[in-house]
Amino acid sequence: MNGAILELRNVVKAYGDHEVLGGVSFSVRRGETKIIIGASGSGKSTILKLVMGLEKPDEGQILIGGEDTTGLKEREMVRIRQRMGMVFQESALFDSLTVRENVAYRLSELGTDEEEIEQRVRKSLGFVGLEDAIDKTPSELSGGMKRRVALARALIGEPEIMLYDEPTAGLDPVTSRKINELIIALRDINNVTGVFVTHRIRDAFTLASQYAQNGDGKVTFRREGQDLCIANTRFLLLRDGKTIFEGPDEVLRRSEDPYIKRFLS
Amino acid sequence: MLAMPFSLRAAVKEVQDISFLTARVFISAFRRPYYVRDIVVQMESIGVGSSPVVMLTGFFTGAVLTLQSANTLERFGATGQTGYAVGVSLVRELGPVIGSLMVAGRCGSGMASELGSMLVTEQVNAMRALGTDPIKKLVVPRVIATTIMMPILTIAADAVGILGGLAVSTLMLRISSNQYLGSAFDGLENIDIFGGLLKPLVFGTIIALVGCHCGLRTYGGTQGVGRSTTQAVVNASVLILLFDFLLSRVILNYT
Repeated sequence: MNGAILELRNVVKAYGDHEVLGGVSFSVRRGETKIIIGASGSGKSTILKLVMGLEKPDEGQILIGGEDTTGLKEREMVRIRQRMGMVFQESALFDSLTVRENVAYRLSELGTDEEEIEQRVRKSLGFVGLEDAIDKTPSELSGGMKRRVALARALIGEPEIMLYDEPTAGLDPVTSRKINELIIALRDINNVTGVFVTHRIRDAFTLASQYAQNGDGKVTFRREGQDLCIANTRFLLLRDGKTIFEGPDEVLRRSEDPYIKRFLS
Repeated sequence: MLAMPFSLRAAVKEVQDISFLTARVFISAFRRPYYVRDIVVQMESIGVGSSPVVMLTGFFTGAVLTLQSANTLERFGATGQTGYAVGVSLVRELGPVIGSLMVAGRCGSGMASELGSMLVTEQVNAMRALGTDPIKKLVVPRVIATTIMMPILTIAADAVGILGGLAVSTLMLRISSNQYLGSAFDGLENIDIFGGLLKPLVFGTIIALVGCHCGLRTYGGTQGVGRSTTQAVVNASVLILLFDFLLSRVILNYT
């Protein structure tokens, strides 16, 4: 597909006898955010793990930047993973390391100069508004702060593609809003391609209906008008491992499918 | 094809998995990057951290061995050979085996629970997503550190065990220290010392490989972490005793 930075072709994945994904296909264009929604156990998180190469599909192909990654070995996937960042559902911060060490992890592994690491860690933590927490350990952080540190850690390598696995799950509305705004800013200001997995419809529509603008060095967030479609976002709705809807939020909202109507209500 | 009983199939799978892990660890150990700092941290944790318990165990093993040996040898009028019996038994068998069992209980379980917790909280996946091979970063340093530290801990256990025996023989059995130490050291041959160091080298590798293997196949949340920890200690202990028998059989051919 032209312009697709990420593409899944007829991907099948089963754990034992249980088929989690039954032939899922979709593509994400550069700069676009694909929001994958669905009930628990519908295969949303599995898609992210397959894209990151943490699991291998039983059938089908996964293409990143046009390169088929399906058959790549673990060592070869390291190169592909450097183009991506991932925020895990429970943050997955290394609890034996400080916030600084967590965020710096990827650069330290690459042997980057200490001075540059410090500068980029501060920049990344500054983006998520947590520069003051640099010397804290994950156990000293709240749930929302952990997610933001996880976001900063994923962003330090300046990835082309960001994968978000329920980044707002279990957070209060104010903190969720803060995380959503960071993701919107990444999409609209930094032009980062994203795959956002959630079962929280409200967060999904926030991402699809708001956009960020950078004016005089200050990022502001605005809501789309009735006839204005700016947010570069498309939805994918999964049901029992199969795609039942793919398209923009306006079409999703107007869907007459009984399951979709019940899911959105 | 004949259907294998479930337990046998599980055992074969276990052996296969641990063989694959061993091969991956061996190959990874010679590939960049080398996590030298992690190896040193693990050496300190395993070596320094385990030395009190290993030495305490060694001391009392030597002490009780002296009591029992002297009691038996007295019937043959050979109490003077107590040092010989204690020295050979400690260096050949008890030092390596009891020290390794202690380290398996303390460090093997720790490795399984630490890696298991990292796995269930997705820290291992996060590590992979950040471009790090968990085998290189987590398993290789633990295997190298345990393999290096286990013989050193065994030397300490043997030495303290002989001192424990010395304390009992001089203070309780009225055997002179010269006689005890003389027979203890005279009885030791090069092959005893070689065997006494080869065994903890092998046992150290077993402890770390089994601990990491059990940790990295944890499933089922925190309950699974507990299960992996128990399995790590049980499996490592059984393997230590099995390999002790096999190695003893081979080493005795050269005695």
